[in-house]
Amino acid sequence: MIRLERRAAPSRIMGWMAPLLALLATLIAGVLMFALLGVPVLEALQAFFIDPLSSHYGLAELGVKAAPLIMIGVALSIGFRAQVWNIGAEGQLIVGAIAGGSVALLFHEVDAWFVLPLMALGGILGGMAWAAVPALLRTRFNANEILTSLMLTYVAALLLSYLVSGPLRDPDGFNFPESRLFHDAALLPRWLSGTRLHVGFLIALAIAVAGWVLLTRTLLGFALQVNGAAPRAGAQTGFNQHRLIWFALMLGGGVAGLAGLFEVAGPIGQLLPSISPGYGFTAIIVAFLGRLHPIGVVFAALIMALSYLGGESAQISLNLPLAVTGVFQGLLLFFLLAADVLIGFRVVIGRTSLEPQ
Amino acid sequence: MSDTVLLTLLTVITAATPLVYAAIGELVVERSGVLNLGVEGMMLVGAVSGFATSYGTGSVALGIIAGCLAGAAMALIFAFLTLTLQSSQVATGLALTIFGIGMSALAGQSLVGVALGALPKLPIPYLSDIPFLGRLLFTHDALVYGSIGLVAIVSWFLARTRGGLLLRAVGDSPDAAHALGYPVVLVRYVATLFGGGCAGLAGAYLSMAYTPMWVENMSAGRGWIALALVVFAVWQPGRLLLGAYLFGAISILQLHGQALGLAVPSQLMSMLPYLVTIFVLVLISRDTGRIRRNAPASIGKPFHPTT
Amino acid sequence: MVADELTKNDVAPGTAAPLVELRGITKAYPGVLANDAVDLTVRSGSVHALLGENGAGKSTLVKVLFGLLQPDAGTISWQGRETRIVSPAEARRLGIGMVFQHFSLFESLTVLENIALGMAVDADAALASRIVEVSTRYGLPLDPDSAVHTLSVGIRQRIEICRCLLQEPALLIMDEPTSVLTPQEVGELFGTLRRLASEGTAILYISHKLDEIRDLCDEATILRGGKRVASADPGKQSANHLAALMMGDTLASDALASEPAATRGDISLGRREPEGRPEETTARLRLEAVSLAAGASQAIALHDVSLDVHGGEIVGIAGVAGNGQDELMRVIAGEVCLPRAEAVQLDGRGVAHRHAGLRRRLGLGVVPEERLGHAAVPSMTLTENGYLTGHHRRALGRGGFLFRGASRRFATEVIERFDVRCNGAESLAASLSGGNLQKFVVGREILQAPTVLVVAQPTWGVDVGAAVVIHKALRELADSGAAVLVISQDLDELMGLSDRIGAICAGRLSALHATASVGVREVGLLMGGGALAA
Repeated sequence: MIRLERRAAPSRIMGWMAPLLALLATLIAGVLMFALLGVPVLEALQAFFIDPLSSHYGLAELGVKAAPLIMIGVALSIGFRAQVWNIGAEGQLIVGAIAGGSVALLFHEVDAWFVLPLMALGGILGGMAWAAVPALLRTRFNANEILTSLMLTYVAALLLSYLVSGPLRDPDGFNFPESRLFHDAALLPRWLSGTRLHVGFLIALAIAVAGWVLLTRTLLGFALQVNGAAPRAGAQTGFNQHRLIWFALMLGGGVAGLAGLFEVAGPIGQLLPSISPGYGFTAIIVAFLGRLHPIGVVFAALIMALSYLGGESAQISLNLPLAVTGVFQGLLLFFLLAADVLIGFRVVIGRTSLEPQ
Repeated sequence: MSDTVLLTLLTVITAATPLVYAAIGELVVERSGVLNLGVEGMMLVGAVSGFATSYGTGSVALGIIAGCLAGAAMALIFAFLTLTLQSSQVATGLALTIFGIGMSALAGQSLVGVALGALPKLPIPYLSDIPFLGRLLFTHDALVYGSIGLVAIVSWFLARTRGGLLLRAVGDSPDAAHALGYPVVLVRYVATLFGGGCAGLAGAYLSMAYTPMWVENMSAGRGWIALALVVFAVWQPGRLLLGAYLFGAISILQLHGQALGLAVPSQLMSMLPYLVTIFVLVLISRDTGRIRRNAPASIGKPFHPTT
Repeated sequence: MVADELTKNDVAPGTAAPLVELRGITKAYPGVLANDAVDLTVRSGSVHALLGENGAGKSTLVKVLFGLLQPDAGTISWQGRETRIVSPAEARRLGIGMVFQHFSLFESLTVLENIALGMAVDADAALASRIVEVSTRYGLPLDPDSAVHTLSVGIRQRIEICRCLLQEPALLIMDEPTSVLTPQEVGELFGTLRRLASEGTAILYISHKLDEIRDLCDEATILRGGKRVASADPGKQSANHLAALMMGDTLASDALASEPAATRGDISLGRREPEGRPEETTARLRLEAVSLAAGASQAIALHDVSLDVHGGEIVGIAGVAGNGQDELMRVIAGEVCLPRAEAVQLDGRGVAHRHAGLRRRLGLGVVPEERLGHAAVPSMTLTENGYLTGHHRRALGRGGFLFRGASRRFATEVIERFDVRCNGAESLAASLSGGNLQKFVVGREILQAPTVLVVAQPTWGVDVGAAVVIHKALRELADSGAAVLVISQDLDELMGLSDRIGAICAGRLSALHATASVGVREVGLLMGGGALAA
């Protein structure tokens, strides 16, 4: 009989092994899935994992996709540690893009250095404002932030759609639902010429480092973790739970908003009805895959970015539907959650443990 | 004039039905102490399975069964991870949603744009001949009748049977139930699978009756609204029915708004269901005493059987 | 001690055939041998005590008997026949009923539904009338339709007992039943148990309270460190002798040496004679007419609570759980703020409107009742848990940044000074035993040199060695000039430790009296809401 037996103390090794085990399992499941779809397995694996990384441009694209995932993943992981479940990062990203993009459109005839920083500020404030709603509703009315932030995601998408079809539509654009193209002063400077990689990637890395410092070296980071692990323990030593909830949501919203602005001022260059392939949701997986640790998040983001690129590449070369990416991401999270079990429990068959005592 | 009113009310009923199924399933799950956030994913998988099966076999009944089974299969994954492997219910539910969205999109690739006949209406003899009310209440397809019946059955089950008492007890205190020798994990498995079947059924209704076609992500957040509905209903089946119909009405408003000549852009009207969900959630949640008294005490918390 | 009309069981103990015999029961867990070849024999109609301090193995043995655990070795014989008790259902089938220390009750369900679930039968009218009949017959009346969350702890225990009695057990096991009862309720319970024994039911009574056992039980089996060390007739042995058996000679004699001639059952450090009149100095902790409405996190309303604790003294507040202790702690600690600043004063300064962090910086130390989850974070290390409250008064960080090294040194200091058995400062709080974690938590507060220390249930579930350390530390802190407030369900602890004592009942605090001038009976009166003649 196979049993799960609780360990005396959580296994640290498993803490780092679990993501690797999950990746392995996802790979195997992917191979099976390709086989079932009647797709030549080796070529599919090549299209998914090798091709995207085999060129200079490809590696830069990895950075382009990873940047928003890193930023949002770090912010979300800090919030999750505090048991603040911001599931609406996608909506905050959209509203940040709207706010920052509107600044760009407002100044579309101005060619000055301050346009871009102003846009960034707009993006941050827009995202924070959108996250302020679930924060207020949770602290004042005890409303579950998962549901409220999620509902607002749908609202944000509809808002963007409405704006680019109406008030923000390009007057010279043949009636397509899109905004004017942003002028040069409103575009993020490229970091690597010949690629779409912009400075947002560097800022994302900086955010990861800042997040790490916050979590491990500051009283605030400690308070967030205590609030997540044992809220009453925080209360008796003076940690204000409401303030921590606000901070977690404002951090998530501001960073997501900035990421949204980076997307529209970087690779996209304008406002469109759809500006994100679900970065806000994928960032949730990135946060878990990275063990809710800023440095882990960076690696997890790179892996998830690869899954996006792989999906696109497989679609081009093998006609595989893009939805395969979503399936992979979901599977990865499942396997990770399953593998996480091994941190707290060990597998025992009959009376003998599978591990040396 | 009465024809427009009739048609409007009919659309309210069909809009509410998937919400009823999804929410009543989740209500049972939550009463057992489990929080399954993956309703949206289960609905989509049910929708694509029901549609594909019905299209492939030509049988409506098989399609409905396929939808239920698909939802239950998704719920089984969730149950295994959270109840047996003790993973976080919140994270696993989110994973289920993401996986369900992706899986249904993948499976439904070849079905986009395919047309399917809608579910046949089943008029109840004699009652359906009553003017106005007859058409309104007694001329629906089987699934609409089923949804009302299901709520009644669940309500009776919870209040009047030993099984229902056990379910409520497990939701109140799994530790106490375990100490008394009851199979807490089994009860929760059954409840979770029931919830999955209902969510799958809700999805099948969407793709086979509501708008008989498959579109990626066609549930458009109804799964999340169903979760909010359970809170709004304060975990009581009767109130849940009321809430579902209210929401059905609101989501329909946007379609009829244009017909009524309102000059509001369609996207803004489409926001209504989501905004109202938030509003309603706030209204209920601020009464913390009521929530505390009615919410199953163990909801969302992992159960570690201690010896 | 407690007057009652029933005599002890009519069946002379020692003559009836054994109802159940445990032989050589052994049960091991990783790192600890909970039961080591234990023998136990219980006869019908007798009240048999299972005596031992916390951690001696009583709970484990009884769980084996009740089918919750399977022994690694040993046999169980029921009515002379060897059997295996594989589950609680099997135990019930044999005729064993058990009333646990922690109740298995469903708060949102009614008494009737709870009992129906406990007996695996339908919750119908027939059961309801049986409940009324049996509960009244044994002096523990119950209303089948009341919801459990509205009932007090004492009445909840009745539900558990009634549930067992309805199944007409041959053996009734009671696990530490009196820790949640007032002295008067204890008397009622003993009456019920004696009546049951006179009808032939065997009772296995688990406790560490010597005077109760001497009052109630005919036979006793004593466990220590997992082994059965002795059998005795409690009525014929002195409390000293039983204590010595329970704790092993050296420790018992150390503890007893400081005790005056008074025969308090439990181990205490003896009462201090009050030296000066503490009321002459200003109170270091003062509560002025504190009232708090019941609400989301406050189950019990506080009514007009006033209290003074002076430097150098220990004030004890007795009371059964659920009478407002939790709420009182929250108000003093600062988890709940009040609009009027003077409602809570530290060294004369009104702080009721300020939160916990500020109060700690002003010198307030707090040890909450719940160790894991409130006093300490289970999944964090001792270093982190030391920083949790230590950062207020020790230099463990600056400008928002925390210093790892300094925190680790602080935690290590606590571990060494308070003899905390653990794997160093990086061990997780959840990995420590109850006693050791409690020593850490208390030590953490004391090493911050608080001017006021408030402690709830300081030695609950803690082994005697750790209890002695904690009591000594509290006494020394008070002697150094701090004001110490102890809230506890353990009357014996308070009688031995405090200089003045009062009781909290239904959110109201009684007047405080010098401990030397009152006895257990008087405090019991206060716990029930009464008052003493001036």
